[in-house]
Amino acid sequence: MTTEEKIRNIIAEQAMLDVADVTPDSTLESLGVDSLGLVEAIFAIEEAFEISVPFNANAPEESNFDISSVRSITAAVQALIDQQTP
Amino acid sequence: MKRVVITGAGTVNALAQDVAGTFAGFAEGRCGIGPLDIPDVDRLSVRIGAQVKGWDPQAHFSRQMLGLYDRFTQFALIAAKQAVAQSGLSFDGALGDEAGVVLGTAGGGLTTSDENYRAVYAEGKNRVHPFVVPKLMNNAAASHVSMAYGLRGPSYSVATACASSNHAMGQAFHMVRAGMSRAMVTGGSEAMLCFGGIKAWEGLRVMSQDGCRPFSLTRNGMVQGEGAAVFVFEELEHARARGAEILAEVVGFAMTSDASDIVMPSAQGAARAIAGALRDARIDAGEVGYINAHGTGTAANDKTECAAVRDVFGAHAEGLMISSTKSMHGHLIGGTGAVELLACIMALRDGVIAPTINHEAPDPDCALDVVPNEARAARVDVALSNAFAFGGLNAVLALRRI
Repeated sequence: MTTEEKIRNIIAEQAMLDVADVTPDSTLESLGVDSLGLVEAIFAIEEAFEISVPFNANAPEESNFDISSVRSITAAVQALIDQQTP
Repeated sequence: MKRVVITGAGTVNALAQDVAGTFAGFAEGRCGIGPLDIPDVDRLSVRIGAQVKGWDPQAHFSRQMLGLYDRFTQFALIAAKQAVAQSGLSFDGALGDEAGVVLGTAGGGLTTSDENYRAVYAEGKNRVHPFVVPKLMNNAAASHVSMAYGLRGPSYSVATACASSNHAMGQAFHMVRAGMSRAMVTGGSEAMLCFGGIKAWEGLRVMSQDGCRPFSLTRNGMVQGEGAAVFVFEELEHARARGAEILAEVVGFAMTSDASDIVMPSAQGAARAIAGALRDARIDAGEVGYINAHGTGTAANDKTECAAVRDVFGAHAEGLMISSTKSMHGHLIGGTGAVELLACIMALRDGVIAPTINHEAPDPDCALDVVPNEARAARVDVALSNAFAFGGLNAVLALRRI
């Protein structure tokens, strides 16, 4: 499974939707994922990719982790994975 | 002052996952205590408890809900569901604005704490699930019940160890009696049968390794249980006006503090609470037919409690029945008074007195009618429910048949 597929699966589970309904352009808001769902999704992403996501729910825009769409989340996760690989 | 009645009851405990099944268990004198089925039980010296068997959270709750519900919250929500359904109340509009939830629990989400400490300390994990805090907090059950039924009035949890439920129900009683609210949801819940929860109790060396035998000469300690009971307390005229079925009237409540020792009970503190409940209810001691004892099965509690009862009731101590249902459902710690209130309701409504099972030999220090081993048919007009907590905090409720 690619990074994007894994992320779409995690977000689909949070949103209680079919994976097919989660597209790269989907926003968390459009999928109905609330703030609790978001932190749970980030936890699941950390567990799935063995990474640490620098996300503070008090200041999402300052967190250097762009959650504006599934595509941006995928890119941010990929960047974190790449940073870990020497 | 308003009169307060009980119009709904629900429970999950080791005897059954509803009130009817629990009453049947009481009437049969069934024992819900058995070998513990938990991880690492081989590292415990206490290996028995009154566990809720066959509990299937997925049958009651979605995956999303379970992410937020510790076991103690799950028990409370199912007990509340039964109680609210039986009451027939809906909390729309003004009633929802004034009605709230007061629940007792000592450990709160202890299972959640236990599992996550295990993950970070024993298993070396550096990350915990984001909902650990809202899941473990002591008020989680009260809050989730408030959300489930739109109860927007005063809601909180009460933690006074083994008296938590009685203190909680006493507070709810006061609120309805004072006219603050026409209805309150109240009771208690506990889920302490996890490795850490039992290990901590083990350390105190007051636990029995082979059974709970309150008032028996052969008693050697308490046995923990788990579960919940929740009630709807309602103002009498409000209940009558809507034709609700009334299970019993709550007529009095008193609380005292021993102010003496952090674990050893005091007969004076217990006696002042019992006498206080009678005074609050304007009941003559001679009217009391049944007492649901705190009756933990420890050497100290049972003899102290019997001394307190003798002190308050004098000669009538010989004429009343006093039983400990902990012999059947175990000691639910912060939830125990709520489950035990069910035995008082059964005595008043059905005329069936729940027994003290496992009674092997009389103890001269507990020479009262402890309804040994077999349930008894008897007409009772007034019943008391005792709870005496570590920390010397005592809370006694008085109920009357209606």
